[in-house]
Amino acid sequence: MGTLIEEIFSRKLDRRVHAGEIVVAPVDYAMSHDNTTPLAIESFEKLNRPLWDPDRVIVVFDHMVPAPTPQAAELHQRIRAFIAANGITKVFTEGICHQVMVEKGLVRPGDIVVGADSHSCTYGALGAFGTGMGSTDVAVVFATGKTWFRVPETIRVNISGSLRPGVFAKDTVLRLAAVLGVDGATYQSLEFGGPAVEAMGLSDRMTLSNMAVEMGAKAGLIEPSQGILAYVEDRSGGPASTVRATPDARYVRTVDLDISSLEPQVACPSEVSNVVDVGSVEGEHIDQVFIGTCTNGRFEDLQQAASILSGRRVSPRTRLVVTPASSEVYLAALKSGAIAALVQAGAQITTPGCGPCIGRHQGVLGAGERGLTTQNRNFRGRMGHPDSQLFLASPATAAATAVEGVITDPRRFLS
Amino acid sequence: MSRVWKLHANVNTDEIIPGRYNVTTDRSQLGRYCLCEVRPDFPENVKPGDIIVAESNFGCGSSREHAPVALQAAGIKAVIAPTFARIFYRNAINVGLPLLICPEAVEAAGDGDDAEVDIESGSIRVRQQTYQAAPVPPFVQRIAEAGGILEFIRRYGWEGI
Ligand code: SF4
Repeated sequence: MGTLIEEIFSRKLDRRVHAGEIVVAPVDYAMSHDNTTPLAIESFEKLNRPLWDPDRVIVVFDHMVPAPTPQAAELHQRIRAFIAANGITKVFTEGICHQVMVEKGLVRPGDIVVGADSHSCTYGALGAFGTGMGSTDVAVVFATGKTWFRVPETIRVNISGSLRPGVFAKDTVLRLAAVLGVDGATYQSLEFGGPAVEAMGLSDRMTLSNMAVEMGAKAGLIEPSQGILAYVEDRSGGPASTVRATPDARYVRTVDLDISSLEPQVACPSEVSNVVDVGSVEGEHIDQVFIGTCTNGRFEDLQQAASILSGRRVSPRTRLVVTPASSEVYLAALKSGAIAALVQAGAQITTPGCGPCIGRHQGVLGAGERGLTTQNRNFRGRMGHPDSQLFLASPATAAATAVEGVITDPRRFLS
Repeated sequence: MSRVWKLHANVNTDEIIPGRYNVTTDRSQLGRYCLCEVRPDFPENVKPGDIIVAESNFGCGSSREHAPVALQAAGIKAVIAPTFARIFYRNAINVGLPLLICPEAVEAAGDGDDAEVDIESGSIRVRQQTYQAAPVPPFVQRIAEAGGILEFIRRYGWEGI
């Protein structure tokens, strides 16, 4: 008798739980990365308790890898000492935390997974309640295995129709951001469903769930399909049971989105909801195109980009940085020939991880420069200098833009 | 008396502490770069006890706890807004940065105004008017009274809820 979120909490707590309640719930996994672990360590040490479960704490090095500065290297040293002192076993340096969590089978339908990173809502793509928290909240989970939640109300997003060629899940979620606004779902959860979502594979589902927080949502859940359950069983090595919203579930709001006539979308500087059809910004000069991140750095994304860039060259008026979301993605794209096609086109391929997404290294923007990126937020200065600007789009639009050096509709390159 | 620093809607955590500067847990470093890009005059002129008054959805974006820590390190006594982004709200309570929800005070206050804020009662006096912040949910109040979630857990454990 509930939304996906209510069903997950009811199952975990073994009683009926309703939106609005404050609950203390057990957590299945707690993740932090090299940017948020240092503060978590400080808070954890103040609690003066042993680690709750060394096998359920996950640390990922992804925001600053390989270390770009001595300061970053020193933070890494501190994190490694913490890992060693506490016997933490799940430590990864092979890609963006959210991608790695999914690939390693650490996200299962019905689980509660918290991360010291706002895009932990990505785990909703597998039917898990994943949410981002600060370092201190996560440190409390490190020590106790539990945290408190206010069970959120849910906005149901029904997506119907099928996308035309050249239009993708990223375009869909950008349109939704325009509909809901950047705080349209604050304190609430999104639940994506409808025929278009049911037909989506893991990668597209992750793109949708990843951006839930850009609308203020605590989580972005999707009921797992058979394909998702099979993936989880394969990756986690154990059985995966599904989780479903019941037909009588109560939503605070329902949004219906028909994507049949959707155009490729672009979010203009500097708000994620500032979204237009690609046609109205075509021709705008772009200094750097970036394809990567937890939103759109997966194998499917690199394939899309390669299909446009294959046999073409990056325009001399721009530059192209590509960062595979993980080593697994990197290897698959090497095998498929996507990496070769991108390199031949003039792309610079960087180490799997967050790369320039947070403006630290591996391709940051200078004053007055404009980037077009496949990431999830285009806040002012996010990718470098405070006077740089960001546009958000799909990997296909990014690839087409790299070819022309100006914002370009990817459908121009459909064969 | 607290000086009002008035900010726009949707101030994000990248604006509060830009990604390039939060490669540290050093509080004074974080304080020094707090809001340095959206309000270049802020780091230099902020005084202990000043307050931020912002439009809706303050603190959206990343989960970086560095954001409330940076505001606190800069000397900010409280943030007043009509709404706060969820993760920021939890982080602020956890680190002991008071947040007050009061749309009327936000509307009334202008940049550079003097204001008097009583955190405990939630009363805000600005431009000769007194406004009352929304009551804090009792559970959150208890965490805040303990001085944050760490102290709450140390004192009561989860059974304290
Ligand atoms: S890729 Fe960007 S958005 Fe994703 S976790 Fe890394 S920094 Fe955050």
